[in-house]
Amino acid sequence: MDILATLSKLINDSGFAAFFTEGGWKSIIMILLACVLLYLGIAKKFEPLLLVGIAFGMLLTNLPGGNLYHMEMWDSFIAGEIGFGDIAHDGGLLDILYIGVKAGVYPSLIFIGIGAMTDFGPLLADPKSLLLGAAAQLGVFLAFFGAVCLGFTGAEAASIGIIGGADGPTAIYLTTQLAPHLLGPIAIAAYSYMALIPLIQPPLMRLLTTPKERAVKMEQTRVVSKKEKILFPIVVAAFVILLVPSTAPLIGCLMFGNLLRETGVTDRLSDTAQNALMNIVTLFLGISVGATTVASRFLSLETIKIVVLGLIAFAFSTVGGLLIGKVMYKLSGGKINPLIGSAGVSAVPMAARVSQVEGQKANPGNFLLMHAMGPNVAGVIGSAIAAGFLLAVFG
Amino acid sequence: MLSTVFLAADISIPDAGIAAVLGYIVVFIGLALLMFVIILMGKIMTARSLRSQTDAAGVPAQPDVPKEPQTAEASSAAQIPAAPGSAGQVKLYDVPDREAAMIMAIVADKMGKPLNELRFKSIKEVKEDEKV
Repeated sequence: MDILATLSKLINDSGFAAFFTEGGWKSIIMILLACVLLYLGIAKKFEPLLLVGIAFGMLLTNLPGGNLYHMEMWDSFIAGEIGFGDIAHDGGLLDILYIGVKAGVYPSLIFIGIGAMTDFGPLLADPKSLLLGAAAQLGVFLAFFGAVCLGFTGAEAASIGIIGGADGPTAIYLTTQLAPHLLGPIAIAAYSYMALIPLIQPPLMRLLTTPKERAVKMEQTRVVSKKEKILFPIVVAAFVILLVPSTAPLIGCLMFGNLLRETGVTDRLSDTAQNALMNIVTLFLGISVGATTVASRFLSLETIKIVVLGLIAFAFSTVGGLLIGKVMYKLSGGKINPLIGSAGVSAVPMAARVSQVEGQKANPGNFLLMHAMGPNVAGVIGSAIAAGFLLAVFG
Repeated sequence: MLSTVFLAADISIPDAGIAAVLGYIVVFIGLALLMFVIILMGKIMTARSLRSQTDAAGVPAQPDVPKEPQTAEASSAAQIPAAPGSAGQVKLYDVPDREAAMIMAIVADKMGKPLNELRFKSIKEVKEDEKV
């Protein structure tokens, strides 16, 4: 046995050797980036449940020789040359997990969990909140327009725009349908900005509202009966899906989860949807989305454009909600605090908490949390409708 | 120079503008219609609830059935309206809003439950001379 030849082969076959081949430096940068994201997720607690999974998937996929994920296989899938069966047969572990993302299964299952965790009571008590949820989709369409101006295709621009909906599963779902090659940067931008909402929104809130407006104390909303809460998911699912049929997977699952929560006879299922199911799907979703951030694709000018457009989308969604909030303040004779408008971006409950904090800074006796939860959950429905529209146009 | 920056791909910039405006309008109209549906649903449910309450009040008491004597506690409990839903009223007795909110937040934190899943009927400060 030629020991030297064997050692030489082992060294050449190792992942370390691959770092010194052409383009190997890109993998090193991606590994460092994965470590930065892991730091942000673990130490700074930036959306840790998903960001830690995404960052670790990014780390695994960029370790040369691991063969956990094959970008070229998915290119063949998109070109129609191979099917899910071929991927399940020949793919790596992360290829197989990614089938759940590509088929739109994970985002929909997460929506069942979100529905089971969400109390739509504040929205039912004050249905005007829906208008704030609609207004806060402004950033989606402005970023879409901006992306087209920067040279992205319509489908890519739609996927970038939906970052402004501040709804991770919706962004992932739409991107896998329209522009799967951009999934990595879009998912990372969406979840990073969602984590940064307490930093992004307050300056805009203070810029666009007066101290008097921010200090408005809102009145208690009406009592919502159990029957209304049970009827709500059934009515919304039927109405919204009939209106925009392409929202069916997202709205259908969201409302199904909410029905499990509100019926009072499916507590076990509701509990599973909120905890076990949500956790399992989050595990698979995070790591498989992270796997798509292959260095050769991720390190490009497009990624920087997506990151910038994502920030614009978030900022303008906040502005849209605040402006309609100000209109409502005027029309109601000063009874509605415009700060609840910024909660129309659907990052639940982070955006509502920001409204509460800012309201309390202006008036320590101000408790806006429940009022802001209405626009907040309306934003979930609004971003799903926006995604449905974009899917109908570019899908 | 602008033309090199603004490179529209498979959709022209004016078409993208139209699509963006149309999309925003669709979201607005969709949610506005949903708002009307929810308002209508709320009105129907409230009317039904009021009607059933009125019907219940109109039914004469059955004289043959002897009533069990009510305890003072049960009587006072009957007078207190049912705990409202997640957006109901909390009666405050000698407690400022700020302290009430802090108490509710602490209770929610200690119970490990979201605030919107708890129902607070009233918060009352127990004075030294009221202590048993």
